[in-house]
Amino acid sequence: MTEVIPELMREHIHRLAASGKRTDGRAFDETRKLVIEKNYIKTAEGSARVRLGNTDVLVGVKIDVGEPYPDTPNSGVLSTSAELIPMASPSFEAGPPSPVAIEVARVVDRGIRETKTVNLEKLCITPKEKVWIMFIDIHALDYDGNLFDAASYGAVAALSCAKVPASKLGQKDYRLPMEHWPISVTSAKIGDTIVVDPNLDEERIANARLTVATDENGDLRAMQKGLRGSFRWDEVRKVIETSERVGRVIREAIRA
Amino acid sequence: MEDIEHIVKKLKLIDENGVRLDGRRFDELRPIRIEAGILKKADGSAYIEWGNNRVLAAVYGPREAHPRHRQDPAKALVQCRYNMAPFSVTDRKRPGPDRRSVEISKVISEAFERVVFTEQFPRTSVDIFIEVLQADAGTRCAGLTAASVALADAGIPMRDLVASCASGKIGGVVCLDLNKDEDNFGEADCPMAIVHRTGEIVLLQMDGHLTQEEFHKAMDLSTEAAKRIYELQREALLRRYASVAEDMEEPRGGVPEPPAGVDEL
Repeated sequence: MTEVIPELMREHIHRLAASGKRTDGRAFDETRKLVIEKNYIKTAEGSARVRLGNTDVLVGVKIDVGEPYPDTPNSGVLSTSAELIPMASPSFEAGPPSPVAIEVARVVDRGIRETKTVNLEKLCITPKEKVWIMFIDIHALDYDGNLFDAASYGAVAALSCAKVPASKLGQKDYRLPMEHWPISVTSAKIGDTIVVDPNLDEERIANARLTVATDENGDLRAMQKGLRGSFRWDEVRKVIETSERVGRVIREAIRA
Repeated sequence: MEDIEHIVKKLKLIDENGVRLDGRRFDELRPIRIEAGILKKADGSAYIEWGNNRVLAAVYGPREAHPRHRQDPAKALVQCRYNMAPFSVTDRKRPGPDRRSVEISKVISEAFERVVFTEQFPRTSVDIFIEVLQADAGTRCAGLTAASVALADAGIPMRDLVASCASGKIGGVVCLDLNKDEDNFGEADCPMAIVHRTGEIVLLQMDGHLTQEEFHKAMDLSTEAAKRIYELQREALLRRYASVAEDMEEPRGGVPEPPAGVDEL
């Protein structure tokens, strides 16, 4: 079935963009309102519910004792998954993780891992035998575009309030050692216009998408281009600069 | 498996003279060899050797899209399946798709959707199969580069060939085309794919740690290298079709000879 509404929307959004506007009245480099509730789930070691406009994502962090990977015997383990449950959107289907869910999880994971957000070497209990294993589970509840960023903010926020359950080993629980704060900012290209934090209507008609994760210094830690369109190098440069600038504001909001 | 945490502290990926472990300079590609049209059943195919990477690509289609509910009445689907053979890596890889290969398949499909004239073939699918036989980092770039040649070999109408290459950072130096050791122990890796004629970037990924300046430097290296890779792709296609043209020339009298490369039974 071709989607009639997006075709009408396409024209509408393109026309708005040409006159410097967006459907929800935002500026091109303006994100939607971000609301973060940390420690939303009591049964998780860390959690956060993130609302980015009408996109609603719940992220839980579970931490348990496990075995390290043989090639990193002195490091804890980080594992990220995403579930796009049918409740969140008519386009999500039940079943094994779709390529979209896998991409979201892997891009979020890359930002956190490459920024060394959590110092995994501090999560070793007994080298080669016992380490702390962190599972980040991303649960999309309501999908109105830009899952990448909402999921990523949720993951960073959930880690930042997570406690290592050391009481299981007869010690005192302690805060997860957070060392860096990666912030991912996604831009979408609509015609020749580039907008930050696309909502669902924008995302559906966008030609191309670029997610950029930066650290506190504005250095690049992870990137992912998506969708069937393309970028020119000057556009990539601009997207990176915007991601850094917008990311700084969001980082403060998540740290607060 | 070895304990890489200890190795990484000892290993020097690039020496004071700017020479890498395999003898290359920062802006050197590994040797690349491309051959077009090497499979019989597929509509188009290509084989690439890129350093120690050995990758096959095959294209089928445009053909009826499956599953049918995924058919698009307005255009063809471009569906790529990137797969690694279990024996292609040091520790055996479990057969079948894992999360990494699902993601790579997705971004490569999206890259080719930009160049294939999908609107000419509604309800169909252009299926691209990339099979990594031997891996030494940079397999998605090698696979994409080969798949591009396979698409052309299949006669799929395209805007242009797509060339792909990665750059990264090792031992503090921005370098082109990392091999496996450099990728494992280096600081960053950033694959990209570019449409030669228009300079459009259709694939871009990055992980690791680069300043913005380093990133742009890396991408300049990749962009230059992609031009050379494009030439290799073109030459592979020319070689393939020059030989086909010879075979097709009418033999004067007598039975036509079988085309070169076909074994007689």
